[in-house]
Amino acid sequence: MTRSSTSTRTAPAPAAPVPTAAPGLRRLHLAAHFPGVNNTTVWTDPGAGSQIDFASFEHLARTAERGRFDFFFLAEGLRLREHKGRIHDLDVLGRPESITVLNALAAVTDRLGLAATVNTTFNEPYELARRLATLDHLSAGRAAWNVVTTSDAFTGENFRRGGYLDHADRYTRAAEFVATARALWDSWTAGGVPRPVSHQGPHFRVRGAFTLPRSPQGHPVVIQAGDSAEGRAFAAATADIVFTGWGSGGRTPGKRSTWHSTLAAGQEFYADVKGRLAAHGRTADSLKIMPGVTFVLGDTAADAQERAAVIRRQQVSPQNALLALEQVWGVDLSGYDPDGPLPDIDPDPGSQLAQGRVRIADPKAVADRWRALSEAKGLSIRETVIETTGRQSFVGTPAAVAEEMTACVAARAADGFILVPHLTPGGLDDFVDRVVPLLQERGVLRTEYAGTTLRSHLGLPDPVRPVGKD
Amino acid sequence: MPQPPCSLRPLHLAFALDGPPRRARRATEVYDPEHYVRLARLAERGTLDFVTLGDSFARPGPDALAVLARVAPRTGRVGLVPAVTTTHTEPFHVSTAVNTLDWVSRGRAGWTVEVSGTPAEARLFGRREAAPADALWREAGEVADVAARLWDSWEDDAEIRDTATGRFVDRDKLHHVDFRGTSFSVRGPSITPRPPQGRPVVAVDATARPARQVAAAHADVAFVRVEDPATAAAARADLRERARALGRDPDRLLVLASLPVELYCSGDAVGLADLLGDWHADGAGDGFHLRPADPARDLALLVDGTVPVLQHRCLLRRFYPGATLREHLGLPRPANRYAPARKVSS
Repeated sequence: MTRSSTSTRTAPAPAAPVPTAAPGLRRLHLAAHFPGVNNTTVWTDPGAGSQIDFASFEHLARTAERGRFDFFFLAEGLRLREHKGRIHDLDVLGRPESITVLNALAAVTDRLGLAATVNTTFNEPYELARRLATLDHLSAGRAAWNVVTTSDAFTGENFRRGGYLDHADRYTRAAEFVATARALWDSWTAGGVPRPVSHQGPHFRVRGAFTLPRSPQGHPVVIQAGDSAEGRAFAAATADIVFTGWGSGGRTPGKRSTWHSTLAAGQEFYADVKGRLAAHGRTADSLKIMPGVTFVLGDTAADAQERAAVIRRQQVSPQNALLALEQVWGVDLSGYDPDGPLPDIDPDPGSQLAQGRVRIADPKAVADRWRALSEAKGLSIRETVIETTGRQSFVGTPAAVAEEMTACVAARAADGFILVPHLTPGGLDDFVDRVVPLLQERGVLRTEYAGTTLRSHLGLPDPVRPVGKD
Repeated sequence: MPQPPCSLRPLHLAFALDGPPRRARRATEVYDPEHYVRLARLAERGTLDFVTLGDSFARPGPDALAVLARVAPRTGRVGLVPAVTTTHTEPFHVSTAVNTLDWVSRGRAGWTVEVSGTPAEARLFGRREAAPADALWREAGEVADVAARLWDSWEDDAEIRDTATGRFVDRDKLHHVDFRGTSFSVRGPSITPRPPQGRPVVAVDATARPARQVAAAHADVAFVRVEDPATAAAARADLRERARALGRDPDRLLVLASLPVELYCSGDAVGLADLLGDWHADGAGDGFHLRPADPARDLALLVDGTVPVLQHRCLLRRFYPGATLREHLGLPRPANRYAPARKVSS
């Protein structure tokens, strides 16, 4: 069975509302990702609103809180992407600075966790630890930090530090950064007395007192994004949440995965990361695995499929199809017809065409797969790109989507999901109106927040204050 | 009470939400957002132009820009002007944070440019030694310059959403800033579109000599801490002359006398109105920045006692004339420095 046909599975008869999850079911955690600066976000739709007005952020955050989500998530950009030496103009572009938006959202939400993606390569521990602790204070314990790293000199051109950081150094710097931040967060005594911190490591030297007492959560929740080997090790050692891809672990790009292979890949990743925790003296529950997923709802399975196809065409405009191809081929393909066949030339492996994007490891292999798919099915360039990229994770009726999400969590392929809507600001409305009540009926999603802090929503313990600091 | 016709040019009034740093206050107050929300709303009731909030890595307290972002959705008109240091921070991040404060406040943001000069602050970052004030202010001027360039790096109509060509932006209206300062460089453009005010209001405490030239070159508002109106008037004349020498219109640089205030009763509040009126009549400046001994107490007395008297004397407006901080201050929305270049080249 293919992933896209999951909606055709019959939904179970609606169960009577139950206060707790049925045996074998596990509670799931939900988070909302503000629609991103990429072609997942559809700006051509009549319902697409501003990506920058505060009202859009407020609407999505309030909707997430209405759905009793754990947290609201903002990604980060530090340099506008470029293609062929010019600023990439086909996707949504421009975003505010995350922590500042989240502080404002703390004023219009009450319980929702507030997660900022902030880079460790182009920040300093003292200042960022202070900004995150401030958010935790001002939101009464709802701050989270998605720790990311960047290596490229392209982004570095906007910063004092500049330059290139070796891939391995990215994670050693990140680990030392987080450890230093934790030392600062822990530095005041329980009695409210600042104690000086003295840190000296390969990447940072920090000496002096922090300006804030320990924040309501002790430490803001730490998120690690990505599923590389270094990322998994980093997550097991230090993160509270892993934000991973969904279905990417079990398939190669360009190859359609099946529902079972997606689930199996999720389970494999889940078991691998959870299995690493014991070595750090951590329990399996102390780290939540939350894949980023997309969804399309319909009144019937066929309706959902139809909508999903429309969205995929919106996401892959003719211009975006050629651009996707150029990212693989690494050469100018503007002379090709997006409705025509794929190029028969081979990719340039050393290309610098795309800047500010994740590099494709083996372009020739991807190109060969795409050509094979195109020939086998008679697909044009645009159809091939639609077929190979941007497939939605959950497509179906609200009942089918609720059933699938519950099943994934029950099967320990995930602890919950970070939903990535394709529309700003209304992209979460349908999910909260139609799927959330079904999850609540099943007893797998809270109907009210039990606690006030993000850690309490996630069921995470407060970090222990180090001995000698109280 | 019917409002008498006012023909005088009103004075501008700003209020510091933070008290003196060494004053003993309730330990948790400085971390409680409701404390700041109450104060800012009170300032708004008094139709004050803006509130300021200081910041320092060297003493306990939260990030000031974060606090005022937290205040923004709970207020509607009052300007929000946090202190932001340029010394150990990234100019790119400073620019986007201030820009974002303008977005979340719908055009009410400013920032007070500051430097961090102590060895203790330098040790918190461990990247460079403490530097003399002249060098730090030279850098601060460069940061103010590049921040403004980054705000301009998106033209106002850069976002086109042209379905026919599939283009979300017109990239000819996005600009690399290619700024090279003495200690940093920034390529640009900003990641954040041009903010509602075009450029958020730039404030500088121009009391000390090294800061004065930065204020003359880059500030919309300069504070001068003075003890008498004659010194304030002299500082204002100096700042205006420097601005003129730099090719600026001196009327685009408002000089506010920054005064410590301590009010204990409504009589003190009326007395303050007299004093501000006298100073204003003596040409002390375009208005006042008041630094309270106790923000909550002093602001309540100011709004209920001083403000009505100033309004009655036609020295203070009775309502906000517009929605943005620039509108309160009578400062025009700046033209984009990059827009004309494009028109010439096309």
